[in-house]
Amino acid sequence: MSEWWTYRLSDFLLFSPRTYYRLFELYNADIWPAQIATLALGVAILVLLRRGEVWRGQVVAAVLGVCWLWIAWAFHGDRYAAINWAATYVAVGFAVEGLLLVWAGLVRDRMRSPTGGQGMDRVGLAIVLFALVGQPLIGPVVGRAWSQVEIFGVAPDPTAVATLGVLLCTAGRAFWLLAALPIAWCVVTGATLWTMGSVDALVAPLVAVVCVIWRIWRQR
Amino acid sequence: MPPSTNVDRRTLMRGLGAAGAGLVLRPVVAWAQPAAMITRAVPSSGEALPVVGLGSWITFNVGNDRAARDGCADVMRAFFSSGGRLIDSSPMYASSQDVIGYGLAKLGKPAALFAADKVWTSRRGRDQVEQSRRHWDIARFDLMQVHNLLAWEDHLPMLFDMKAAGQLRYVGITTSEGRRHHEIEQIMRSQPIDFVQVTYNVLDREIEDRILPLARDRGIGVIINRPFREGALIRRVMRQPLPAWARDIDCANWAQVLLKFVASHPAVTCAIPATTSVDHVRENMGAATGRLPDDAMRRRMIAHVEAL
Repeated sequence: MSEWWTYRLSDFLLFSPRTYYRLFELYNADIWPAQIATLALGVAILVLLRRGEVWRGQVVAAVLGVCWLWIAWAFHGDRYAAINWAATYVAVGFAVEGLLLVWAGLVRDRMRSPTGGQGMDRVGLAIVLFALVGQPLIGPVVGRAWSQVEIFGVAPDPTAVATLGVLLCTAGRAFWLLAALPIAWCVVTGATLWTMGSVDALVAPLVAVVCVIWRIWRQR
Repeated sequence: MPPSTNVDRRTLMRGLGAAGAGLVLRPVVAWAQPAAMITRAVPSSGEALPVVGLGSWITFNVGNDRAARDGCADVMRAFFSSGGRLIDSSPMYASSQDVIGYGLAKLGKPAALFAADKVWTSRRGRDQVEQSRRHWDIARFDLMQVHNLLAWEDHLPMLFDMKAAGQLRYVGITTSEGRRHHEIEQIMRSQPIDFVQVTYNVLDREIEDRILPLARDRGIGVIINRPFREGALIRRVMRQPLPAWARDIDCANWAQVLLKFVASHPAVTCAIPATTSVDHVRENMGAATGRLPDDAMRRRMIAHVEAL
């Protein structure tokens, strides 16, 4: 791209905010009541994170992996790509993250954590809780329709944020491998929402920053 | 940018004369037309085009949202009903081409359509043109432009071949927001293009210095994108009351003031504002009727808007 320095973020925004949020409205209507199931899965993840079974990391990884794969196909590939050709590449990224979670967490069992909630990363738990309950409420609070709400497991933003929280709780040496794509998505969605003038644009990027700082501080 | 224009009164009157000739040459279309639609002749053919067209950047990219697609079709219906002809799109605009095709089908393929699209790829341009044609579901494009000069060295010969074969009627190049003007000028001097598409509005007037005079000298039509700075200019002026002098150029609203500034430059063939609103497209098309500003009025318009 020549004269690339003359381009602004808004030059890459192909759609209006109205079209973007209508996308969620139509998507939610199409997949209803899958949102209830994914919310229940999110609650199950929270419960599993605090329980002591050895296999829980594998179950959590499998659930998250399936959610990422679903979003790659049903949201990015099948719907978002209609208004943003770059979403096709994003879909590939989400599919890769889904497969990574399944491979590292389920197959290789690299998402273990302290048992019985002892020493459990409370910041990670708080982030998961926020992704399940707090983040979906932001849209309606700032004036968007309830029908456009973004729910964990089917919408990319709360799913990426919840994944970062889970990884703080469970992923040891695999953290950076598994967190790279969710962090990248938080940056991308933040830039998109910022360009659209959404008041909640900084939510996902801020969570990513908190995760990175917390993880680095804890590793010292 | 200094508050000046390069349009003297004689030049302006010549342009208005050409607009008048365009009125005479205007082809008969199947849609009702206002009595005094201002048209401009395409320099390379003499074909008359209304000075206001319809862009599709962002506004027509509504994906598979049926209600929004119907809304876009309504905008197109109002556009054709008001005498509009030129609709512009690009493969870069995601679903916009498909939405235009949906609207055209819903409106029964209006005969007045002047279909302008772009090739935006670094390779296999002919395949992309064909894919775009299928989205629009038309027999051929009237105008195919190289989007933002991307791989223009490869695409222009291909487009000239398609034009010679009757698969296109006109060939053009585009840029926006003042980018690569030096290269645009070189292509205008060296290639037999029919159209150049550039950004121009009451605040962004860089093309007055070289591009517009060169277009006149070389007989190249000029399509103007971002006449409202993607709406930012409208939002800026809408806070202020419409000046009394707007009546002297038959403007009932700010959109018409801004569009008439663009359309009054005699080198400009067509401006392509984009909108999702039927009311707004009617307002925009109103700028293609009535009196156009003369040079003194253009200077007044610049001073007024710059002071806001």
